[in-house]
Amino acid sequence: MKLSKGSQFGLYIVALMTLVAILAETIAPYDPLQVVLKDSLQGPNFKHFMGTDLLGRDILSRIIYGARASLIIGVTATSISLLIGLIVGSVSGYYGGWVDSLIMRLTDIFSAFPYFLMAIIIMTFFEPSMISVFFVLGIAGWTNYARLVRGQVILVKVSSYVEAARSIGAKDGRIIVHHVFPNILSPLIVYTTMNIPGVILAEAGLSFLGLGVQPPTPSWGVMLSEGKDFIFNAPWLIFWPGAALLFSVIGYNLLGNGMRDRLDPRYKQGGESNGSRLVNSCQRS
Amino acid sequence: MIGTNKATETLLKVENLKKYFPVKKGLVIQRHVGDVKAVDGVSFEIYPGETLGMVGESGCGKSTLGRTILRLLEPTQGKVIFQGQSLTELSREEMRKIRSQMQMIFQDPLASLNPRMKVRDIIGEPILIHEVLNRVEREKRVSKLLNIVGLSPNHGERYPHEFSGGQRQRLGIARALAVNPKLIICDEPISALDVSLQAQIINLLEDLQAEFNLTYLFIAHDLAMVKHLSNRVAVMYLGKLVELTSSEELYLHPRHPYTIALLSAIPLPYPNQKKGRIILKGDAPSSVNPPSGCRFHTRCPEMQDICKVMDPELIDIGNKHFVACHLHTDEKKKVGNSVTNHQ
Repeated sequence: MKLSKGSQFGLYIVALMTLVAILAETIAPYDPLQVVLKDSLQGPNFKHFMGTDLLGRDILSRIIYGARASLIIGVTATSISLLIGLIVGSVSGYYGGWVDSLIMRLTDIFSAFPYFLMAIIIMTFFEPSMISVFFVLGIAGWTNYARLVRGQVILVKVSSYVEAARSIGAKDGRIIVHHVFPNILSPLIVYTTMNIPGVILAEAGLSFLGLGVQPPTPSWGVMLSEGKDFIFNAPWLIFWPGAALLFSVIGYNLLGNGMRDRLDPRYKQGGESNGSRLVNSCQRS
Repeated sequence: MIGTNKATETLLKVENLKKYFPVKKGLVIQRHVGDVKAVDGVSFEIYPGETLGMVGESGCGKSTLGRTILRLLEPTQGKVIFQGQSLTELSREEMRKIRSQMQMIFQDPLASLNPRMKVRDIIGEPILIHEVLNRVEREKRVSKLLNIVGLSPNHGERYPHEFSGGQRQRLGIARALAVNPKLIICDEPISALDVSLQAQIINLLEDLQAEFNLTYLFIAHDLAMVKHLSNRVAVMYLGKLVELTSSEELYLHPRHPYTIALLSAIPLPYPNQKKGRIILKGDAPSSVNPPSGCRFHTRCPEMQDICKVMDPELIDIGNKHFVACHLHTDEKKKVGNSVTNHQ
């Protein structure tokens, strides 16, 4: 089954963003940090396709480098969340009992904690930078992964093939790695894809408030923050980073939707349509 | 391990095995309000090379019994002695190592095969765990196993969902055979297959038994199949054995009223023959609150007063025909003197 048109569009956006982030040095027309005061606040023109900011820096180049910041933070913070969530969730789900209860209550405490507050606390101890953003967003996000993984592990661990693995004498580690993980992968991939835009937005939010990536490093959130004072006399300052955020978020969401449909085993096996699934679920309930 | 083969004639001895599942109530503080007595004091022996059939209606605890013997479920009480070694006293690690000696074939062949693993890896896994073989030797063994169960070695590169139902069960059998076990517990291996495939799988199991000197504990609810395959048959009702004897004896001279009722339900191939079918009243009672005395007394057509009060023991009424029924306790007294105390 192929991806739907919408998801293909999403895939193109994500691919484009990734390509731009990797090739930033090659395709950016100017140095994003180069201050040219005489070019201050120029509107879009042939020399500066997206215009310039207060310090005369080329906005297109800053958007391109900003894509790199967003992508790095999106992927790294998500990976940190995923790793913690995978370990915590699989231990909790696989062993169950009081271990499970303890871990899940700790998870509840963590997820009840607003990540902006956590960011502020962490920033009071460390310099705000890209690395601290990794940690804030990585640690803020793991609870959802832990819950998802736990639920899936519980589902898989009672399956007959896990019992079969135990009956042939496989160790716990082997069962988790070879029998449990591969079978919980699909929902995890989907959730991860859908989660990246959230992280990108959170980074922009943190940077906007000065808690994230620090100027002059180009990041879409930083650019929004710098441009907000000129919203009436130089609207392109916030238009372009806003549009970049919008498109990347839409791109990842569309891709995530498509992957969910693609990886859902029910779709894979029977090729059932949405309608018949709805009918089935109605009949069941 | 060395010398135990000679020392013990029985391969597997189950003594008073119990498996209770606690029933809990309460949201935060969970109170223990009762137990599901899935297996409640079962004792029997399996001799090397034989097939012991285990029959009973669904929910009587026969699958739980199989799993508890292999310690896939921890027994609540009782002993399982395999080749003179008490499995219930082994540590988890010791138990893990001894698992190569006893394997299981599962009811649902597709569900018991990891959908994300290739057949080659599924069948090779027990070898990988229990034996020191390099990759090439292992693959050779896997190919051989696939041949033995009637598949071709190039099937190894496929995934389980690419096979038909009968082929999948052959894969399950190949996995169970991979590390040369002595005992195989077959947990309703044919009940998920259609009739034509059932016969194929049964024939395969019989051939393998002859070839590799296997011992089977064959759990099923299909009495005709069990009769065909088993040397001895045990009948289970609500977590207890009610009758245990040789296959011919059970089908020719069933003693327990439950066994008689079960046997009368076997469909006959002769439409004109009169079927004296016994229909039991109601459903099997709950195993959380089993009836007092004999568990079968609520449905038994030959119930006496004593049945409500006293639980009959499984006793030998002669020729190793074991029955747990008050109807036959007197008979035991008659024959009892000549029968030596069976362990």
